[in-house]
This record gives sequence, structure tokens and C-alpha cells, in this order.
Amino acid sequence: MLAVKEIKFSAEAQKKVDEIIARYPEGRQKSALLPVLHLAQAEFGWCSTEVMDYVASLLNISPIEVYEVASFYTMFFLKPSGKYVLEVCRTGPCCLVGAEKIMKHLEEKLGVKEGEVTSDGLFSFRGVECLAACGYGPVLQIGPEYTFYENLTENSVDELLTQLMNKN
Amino acid sequence: MTQKILLKDINVPGINTFDVYRKQGGYAAVEKALKTMSPDDVVEEVKKSGLRGRGGAGFPTGMKWSFLAKPEGVPRYLVCNADESEPGTFKDRYLMTHTPHTLIEGMIVSSYALGANTSYIYVRGEMMPQIRILEKAIAEAKNAGFLGKNILGSGYDLEVYVQPGGGAYICGEETALLESLEGKRGNPRIKPPFPAIAGLYGCPTVVNNVESIAAVSWIVVNGGDEYAKIGIGRSTGTKLISASGNINKPGVYEIELGLPVEEFIYSDEYCGGIANGKRLKAVVAGGSSVPILPANLILKLANGQPRLMSYESLSEGGFATGTMLGSGGFIVMDEDSCIVRNTWNFSRFYHHESCGQCSPCREGTGWMEKVLHRIEYGHGKMSDIDLLVDVAKKIEGNTICPLGDAAAWPVASAIRHFRDEFEWHVKEPNAAMEGNYGLANYADPIPVVETAN
Repeated sequence: MLAVKEIKFSAEAQKKVDEIIARYPEGRQKSALLPVLHLAQAEFGWCSTEVMDYVASLLNISPIEVYEVASFYTMFFLKPSGKYVLEVCRTGPCCLVGAEKIMKHLEEKLGVKEGEVTSDGLFSFRGVECLAACGYGPVLQIGPEYTFYENLTENSVDELLTQLMNKN
Repeated sequence: MTQKILLKDINVPGINTFDVYRKQGGYAAVEKALKTMSPDDVVEEVKKSGLRGRGGAGFPTGMKWSFLAKPEGVPRYLVCNADESEPGTFKDRYLMTHTPHTLIEGMIVSSYALGANTSYIYVRGEMMPQIRILEKAIAEAKNAGFLGKNILGSGYDLEVYVQPGGGAYICGEETALLESLEGKRGNPRIKPPFPAIAGLYGCPTVVNNVESIAAVSWIVVNGGDEYAKIGIGRSTGTKLISASGNINKPGVYEIELGLPVEEFIYSDEYCGGIANGKRLKAVVAGGSSVPILPANLILKLANGQPRLMSYESLSEGGFATGTMLGSGGFIVMDEDSCIVRNTWNFSRFYHHESCGQCSPCREGTGWMEKVLHRIEYGHGKMSDIDLLVDVAKKIEGNTICPLGDAAAWPVASAIRHFRDEFEWHVKEPNAAMEGNYGLANYADPIPVVETAN
């Protein structure tokens, strides 16, 4: 989790925000809300009220318009998450080839229940509904880059966790 | 050997780059359309091709295009629906990952036909790698003069942008997608007006699936009549099928429509048969929202003829014996698969993904999930089975968008075809919870199917 002292995009992110707003007709800058929320989450770690208010001010819309969108879409975190958010697809086709086992294994390895953050703040873990990779299941992705891992086994999950832990 | 249109160059190294794609003949459709055809000519070729929307509904693409209103001084939009999130379907992800220029080229030609100067590709937010791939492909095409102002000196201007979603299945519904693209919750709109009249920002808009748009380039280069020669009857052309579940070779396959289902499942060219030498139990043929069929019905029609991979053949027999081609999400279940668990899993998905706008869907999907959960986990009552059928009936046809039907059909069809398995779960709750799915008690023999030659 990132410590947020000041809610302000980096110069690079602000440039990206300007580019995004330019994609839409004049007066339709609200269309930039989802892409800008993605940027904000990547920059600030999660969508706190302060972050959402900041996004509203950038797009010249009311804060409630941001809250209602951020709370509708599952990709936006309204509470702090781990540095690495492990999302396992738990929908039909992945379950047919062992996704539930992988979720159980992750719970045991991380020592947290679905939706919780590990005590060191490194990992969050949750099941998600269909990642559109049904032929390569079980699959998991890791935000904020959404790196994708296919054909998971308990061993490959262990290797992945070790790699991530060694990075820190 | 199957004719390949969308995946014909998929194994060419570097096909994801502009240069290699171009060397393989890519962007010829843009040159032909912009230099030698009027927009109406392009629409006419697509009409002649018989191409039907590949996102699931199967509505004729050319006809959809011809409905587009053309008021003076009002912009028109093409929006590509790349919000692929129907369980069982992963073809668009595959196409965008491996051959993104096939989509970009199709976007240019389709936008030209529709008179759109700004087009958006709305991609599932979770597909960030694919978003980056598409953005790179767009930049390459623009550098080469195939996007931007005065494309190839034709006087036609076009910008294509990628829009990420936020993780909501409902945004695959075209009006919910437009709401989302306008920066709002993905709540489907009441129709009419249809997007062709009042779509994005209230302007005339066409929303097409990735696969539909990608097919347009081939149609322009080779002619609609040539496309219509491929396939069978009104199911013309090729179709990407996402094959998953208990098969030897899961993956994305391009088939000519009309291929026998049995050949698709058992031949080495496609799924390669059921994994681990097991027997086929059931198939969901067109993504999780279409009715499930047991082995005997997915392989043969009621008259004993082979069932084919086509819009008409898969639906033949109506709800009692048919299903739908849908999005081409082909989920195969072997003899050990638990129909109750799978139905509960799908039900959880639809409950989770209901936008909550209509009460039959918002409440009904939750009811179905809860009742299925208690049956699966050994607390069900025999009356729960009829309760599920009743709730499914009350959802179906009573919602603004098709998510209600999508939630109801898997439940209703699973009970219709596998009622004894639901009953077995109620009668033997402990055995069901242990993962023994009651094959010994299964009343009807499960057909053993010979591998097709």
C-alpha cells in the first residue's frame, strides 16, 4: 500500500490525463472517468474519497458522479489493497479445471481469507468473475499491471509467490 | 482443411506488428475501400456477405449498419465491443493479443462505411495487456498514414481510441457499454431508441463485436459473395470458437460454420476429444448464458441427423432440445463434472454481475444463487428444484436487457435436462458434498461417443 501524502498526479500521469480527455468531444470529458480512475488507482494505490474528489475536480464533474462509478465497477478498490492484488478467476470453465483448488491453496499459503490483505501489506487475494481466458485455466492476474498467469498448478503458484516476495 | 480468415496468418512470426501484417497483405482492405469504393459500396458488400454479429446475438451486421441514421451535421460513431466477459468466451482476447492489426484494419474500413470520424474500442478493463497492444497497433497504423487526417490522400479522417472498462460484465450489453463510455454506471438503456438512432452522446452509433469488425476487411478485399460461399445456409463465413473445459486441446479455433459438433469435439484438428479418456456429459455451446445440452442432444438433432456448428442447427428444436451458437464459448463437461455445482457457479456469476436496475434480475439472480448453493452444499429440499424453475421463469423476458434471460436459461435448462442430478443432490446431501456427483445413481446412461474419423 502506498502512503498518500498529497493527492496530485505526477507530471507524467497528468500529461496522460490531458491526452485522455482530448479523446472525447468538447464537454464530454466525463467519458474520461474510467481511464482516469485506473490511472489514479495505479498512482495512489486505491480509490479513497480524497482520490475520487481529486478525479472529480480534474474532470470538472461532481464527486458523487465519481463515487457512483467507482462503486459500480469491481476493478476499483474502495479500501486499501495489498501491493500485489492476486485475482483468481473462479467462474465455470476455470472451476472445471481446478480453480477452486488454487484459491484454497492461496488462502493457505498467504494465511488470509479472500478479500483480506496479508499482514505485511504485500498481497491481497480475491476471486473474480471470468477473466476471459477459459481455455488456459486456472488463471490469475496481478494488478496494477494485470500480468497474466495461465494453466496454474499449486507448484506454479508457489513459484510465483516466491518471485514476488523476492522482489521486495 | 478449414478456410481461415481471421487467423490465417496467426502463426507468422511478428504478425502483431504493422510491418509484418502489411507484408502479409494487411491493410489492403483500407486501400481498396478508400480508393475505389463508396461507403455505401462497403455496406453493400457486408450485406451480401451475410455476416452476422459475432458477439452473441447473431443479428446481420450489414442490416445493422444500414439502420444507422444519417442526420446532417451530427457525428456518427463506431464503437467496438471488446468487453469480452461471457464465461466460456475468450476469442476476442486471443485475436487482439496475437493479431491486433486485423481489428484495427477492420475498424478503419467499418468506420469509413459508417461515416464515423471518431471510433472507440471499448476493452474490458482487466485486459490491460491487450489495451497496450492495441494502443501500440493504433500508433503504428497512424505513423503509416492509415489513421489520422486525410488517410491515404482520400480526404477521409479517422481517429481510433481505446477505452478501458472497469470490470462489469453488463457492459458487454451495447447500451450499458455506451453508458460506461460516457463515464457512467453500466446500466442498460431502455430501447427504443436503439443506438443506430441515439447512441453515444445521443448520436447515431453502431456497436459491433471485435470478431465482426475483424471480418469486414476480408469481405471488402474478396467480396461479400465469396464470404457467403463459406459456411452453411444463413450461417455464412467462419467463426472463432473458444473451446474450454474437459477437453484435450482447449483454445481458440476458427471453423467454417456448418462443421459437425461431433467433429469439433473429437477430431485432432480441434478439441482432440475428452480429457483423460472420460466420456462426454454435457456442453454449453455458446457461452455460459445459453442453454446447456446433454451429450446426446448436443451431438444429434431430434431426427438423428448430426448437429452442426451453425446458428440454425444449434438452436434447432427450440428450448427443449436446442441451444445457441451465441458468442461461440464452447464449454465441455466430462462425466465427472457436477451439473449442480456448475449451474450454481454460473448463477453466482449472474448475481454478481447484475447491474441491479430491474428487480426481477436483481432479486431473482440472488434467489437462484442461494437456492442452488444450498442444494449443492447439502441443505436443499425437493421443492427447491421447482422453486428454481419458477424464479427463472419470472426473470426471463422481464428485464430491460438480456442479462435476465442469460441468468435464467442456464438454470432452467440444467434442471430440464439433468433434473435427476438435482434430485440426487437433495436425496444424498453428504455424498454430493464429498464431490461424488452421483453418476452411479444417474438414471439415464451417458452416451459414449466414438471419435469421429
